[in-house]
Amino acid sequence: MTLWTMIIKMGDGFGKTCAIFFLTLLFSLPLGMIVTLLSKSKIKIVAKITRFVISILRGTPLMLQLIAVTYGPYYLFHISVSREKLIPVVIAFSINYAAYFAEIYRSGIESMPVGQYEAAAVLGYSKTQTFIKIILPQVIRRILPSITNEIVTLVKDTSLAFTVSYQEMFTVGKQIANSQTSFVPFIVAGVFYYVFNAVVSFVMSKVEKSMGYYKM
Amino acid sequence: MNILNMTNIQKSFGENQVLKDISIKVDKGEVVSVIGPSGSGKSTLLRCATLLETVDGGNFSYMGEEVCTVKNGKLVYDKNLKKFRQYFGLVFQNFNLFPHWTVLKNIIDAPISVQGRKKEEVKQEAIELLKKMGLEEKVNAYPGELSGGQQQRLSIVRALAMKPEILFFDEPTSALDPELTGEVLKVIKQLAEEKMTMVIVTHEMEFARAVSDRVIFMDGGVIVEEGTPDEVFSNTKTERTKQFLQNYNKNEY
Repeated sequence: MTLWTMIIKMGDGFGKTCAIFFLTLLFSLPLGMIVTLLSKSKIKIVAKITRFVISILRGTPLMLQLIAVTYGPYYLFHISVSREKLIPVVIAFSINYAAYFAEIYRSGIESMPVGQYEAAAVLGYSKTQTFIKIILPQVIRRILPSITNEIVTLVKDTSLAFTVSYQEMFTVGKQIANSQTSFVPFIVAGVFYYVFNAVVSFVMSKVEKSMGYYKM
Repeated sequence: MNILNMTNIQKSFGENQVLKDISIKVDKGEVVSVIGPSGSGKSTLLRCATLLETVDGGNFSYMGEEVCTVKNGKLVYDKNLKKFRQYFGLVFQNFNLFPHWTVLKNIIDAPISVQGRKKEEVKQEAIELLKKMGLEEKVNAYPGELSGGQQQRLSIVRALAMKPEILFFDEPTSALDPELTGEVLKVIKQLAEEKMTMVIVTHEMEFARAVSDRVIFMDGGVIVEEGTPDEVFSNTKTERTKQFLQNYNKNEY
């Protein structure tokens, strides 16, 4: 197999890698905010359960969670495993990353000086207005570097989908490597991830700059 | 008419009773300074008046409307606190401006999105106020680009834009470099001359003397002495106040 056919085949898988990546961000970024708000809920039991779930998601391997979400329904309810693995893979990734994003949001929200809330209260802003207009924009600016970090990790973590045989780039690469007894596919995969992350870093640094219009 | 009327206000944090039976009335157009040592309860009094803290006991009202009253032995706050927030403004020691908004947006956002006023009208008033404070060139700057004195003047403008009946100041110059306090005090003095109703918690004794109609000396959660600036500063009645003022003057060399 020539290098070129290798790249073409893995490029096909790369589309699926991108699918995991973008869908995970699409769902986990907002889901994380919901989780944060739940974990700060005034209803104690809701907050406690949420924190417990976060601790499980952060305390067990993503690989295990992938297997659990993909094959769990079969073992538990004898529902046959769907052939379209994208759905369970994206569910597992989204839930896992939501837990991490939730912790980042929480730390960002807690880092806001109480004076911002007090100034808003005295001016008569409602709680919702205060959060949306005053707190959230500043929180986003503060947590952007940590979010970038997570996103870079997500790019590399997509390769974990090979554990449930989802045909993303790394799975394809591994199959080629096995059939051709060659190490080259791994090098190709490494280059793919590196370039992907270079693009991610570039985009995120642009975003950070665009938000850096004010001094803290 | 009393703008603010607080009677027998009590406030504790845990075991520590910070306000013990404080009563204070502020008439329209009056400038009241509150002085006293750290921990005397001055700031807590201001925070209770501005609804940042809830009181444990006592009554208080703005414009004759009860904020909280005792009903059947229990203290009840009015459900509609938003209404009362329209009556007062507060200038914080640390400014607490919104750093992600321009100077103009800091001023006009609350009048527009809280009071529902027209943008054009509010904007025009904001520009007028900025001119008055010598900040008109900073309309599009961000708070982080301003000096401390400019930031504090901006936060005064932000409070004034809400057209409050009464303006509270919580040690407005304590976070400033000594050379920047003057510009802020000048602005407050100007407001006093325009008969703005104000309550100023301050450590600037000379300023309190010059600007106030009435001075309140607080210590240990009670009002120890109260009167015109001359009465409190020149004809001091109580030993505790004398001692405080003497110590204060000593510190000034």
